[in-house]
Amino acid sequence: MQDFYNILPLILVASGIVISVVIEILSDNSEKILPWFSALVLLSASVYSIMLMNNTGTIFNGMLATGGNVYIFHFIFTIGAMLIILGSIDYIKKYGSYFGEYYILILNAVLGMMIMASARDLFMVFIGLELMSICFYVLAGINRKKLNANEASLKYVLLGAFASGFVVYGIALIYGTAQTTSIDKIIAGFVPLSHNILFITGLFLFLVGFSFKIAAFPFHQWVPDVYQGSATTISGLMSTGGKAAAFSVLIILLSAVAPSNANVFRPYFAVIATLSMIYGSIVAISQNNLKRMLAYSSIAHAGYMSIGLASGNYESIAGIIFYLAAYTFMNIGAFIVISMIEGENDSKLQLSDYVGLNAKNPKLAALMALFMFALSGLPPFAGFFGKYYVFISAIEANLTWLAIVGVISSVISVYFYLRVIVLMYFKEPETSVAVHNSNYGVLAAVISALFVIVFGLFPGTLLDLITSFLK
Amino acid sequence: MSFEFILFIFFSLIAAVSAVIMITRPNPVMSAIFLIINFFSIAGLYLILHAQFISIVQIIVYAGAIMVLFLFVLMLLNAKSEKDILSGKNKIKIFAVVIAGLVFAQIAYLIFFSSPGKALSPDVAASIKAGTVEQIGKELYTNYLLPFEAAGFLLLASTIGALVLAKKHFD
Repeated sequence: MQDFYNILPLILVASGIVISVVIEILSDNSEKILPWFSALVLLSASVYSIMLMNNTGTIFNGMLATGGNVYIFHFIFTIGAMLIILGSIDYIKKYGSYFGEYYILILNAVLGMMIMASARDLFMVFIGLELMSICFYVLAGINRKKLNANEASLKYVLLGAFASGFVVYGIALIYGTAQTTSIDKIIAGFVPLSHNILFITGLFLFLVGFSFKIAAFPFHQWVPDVYQGSATTISGLMSTGGKAAAFSVLIILLSAVAPSNANVFRPYFAVIATLSMIYGSIVAISQNNLKRMLAYSSIAHAGYMSIGLASGNYESIAGIIFYLAAYTFMNIGAFIVISMIEGENDSKLQLSDYVGLNAKNPKLAALMALFMFALSGLPPFAGFFGKYYVFISAIEANLTWLAIVGVISSVISVYFYLRVIVLMYFKEPETSVAVHNSNYGVLAAVISALFVIVFGLFPGTLLDLITSFLK
Repeated sequence: MSFEFILFIFFSLIAAVSAVIMITRPNPVMSAIFLIINFFSIAGLYLILHAQFISIVQIIVYAGAIMVLFLFVLMLLNAKSEKDILSGKNKIKIFAVVIAGLVFAQIAYLIFFSSPGKALSPDVAASIKAGTVEQIGKELYTNYLLPFEAAGFLLLASTIGALVLAKKHFD
């Protein structure tokens, strides 16, 4: 029984999915019930993931890990998805996909992320990855009538299937050489295995597949089109939850090399990090569409986090988890604000639509400004400490040059984040059309803002918690 | 010469010949049909190795489901011949040759240099037992129960997704 109690967050979300399907079948206005039901399910799952944080262990024949940093990830996923659901209540009416399945698919995607973060077996990793990805493919194209949503969905499914192919091929080679799919056993035999060229090839293919999922540089082509074409709330979920889930798997791999300091992945991640940071920050400058701009900024953020993967010590793992927690809340907040300003048929997404926003709707302008400050990494918001911890870990791993590249690209990125703020506050609006906000959306954005501020003011508390689970 | 050996020669000849015919047909539908023959003969090879389950899955999943998918794609592309699809796309051809070469090199390395069989149990009776449906079912409901359940949710999610994308009425 204790085992089942320990995975209560997973069980809650899973049974929530089954009950949602029944509600969808029985009720005629499921689109009104399901957002509240799924938000409640996710909220209770997040509460339990905090309560059960100290029950660390592996269960079900070493399939799943419970407690510790895994449950910090579960908290990020569930709270993030709950905020997205709050933001969706009014948005999807405007977007034209006002039906209950939307919420069931979000719950399924969250279950996939949670499985990925807990997985201690490559089977579970893959099933979680597919569960999350398939829900995202559908959610990206959930409005069949929109051409750019179809484009986003198709591009995502083709490239995502390609990436999954890499992952499966990698898993096959790893299984062939290690003769087990259990991650703990692979980690235990890592040093002798790393002399086997087939094992390293498999691991490399596995990493390439996940580099697609975290949207790092050479594998980023799908990101701008998919984020632009999908519903804004869904882009928010894909760029945060999806990225955090993929990073949670990479972190498990990293913990294989962290104690021995034999980081065989260092050159790979260092190259990926450098290219993603520079490319993301520079290309984002030339974007006029806000969703596209955030897509490129998401590539850059994947680069900053990959610095931590390259340095590969315990500080960097803690830094990445902190960064992901911070990034989740600031990015979800930004996407929710964009979704409120967005008009029908993908209008009002350009930078010019934000001119003089302060005069039209000071509440939204203030929230947006906060998220932009946080994303650009200015203190005292959470984004600053995320970058700070990751850069510090790079310096400790003798990768000072990588930290310097990171600082330079952060400075570049300040330009396009602050440009939004300048347009909102220091320019007169050309039209006086009022911008309406949705109460639920504002609530979600305010909660995200609170997390961003609290993580920024008391970064040590969260970091100490993460570090205490690492050793 | 044992009966098993004769069967092995029979199935592997069919597999090799149908594979060659498959990639040389100009008509994609013909290629697809020879691919089915190839799948069936490989399923026969699995059966000789006492891997009942893999053999059945090979027929149900590959010869059944995946082939239907292939034929759907061919139907949608509506290409009369290979020339329509690949004309003037030398880059794709080079890419295909490179990938095929890589896969071949890898398999050759596996077979001739890293001898994957040496770590396997030489116990023939145990390996025969491992391939039965009974044994796989037992593993699936004990050690691998959780992935099995998770796969159920994967199927549920894809069913809902397919229904949403295909059948939802929009106003």
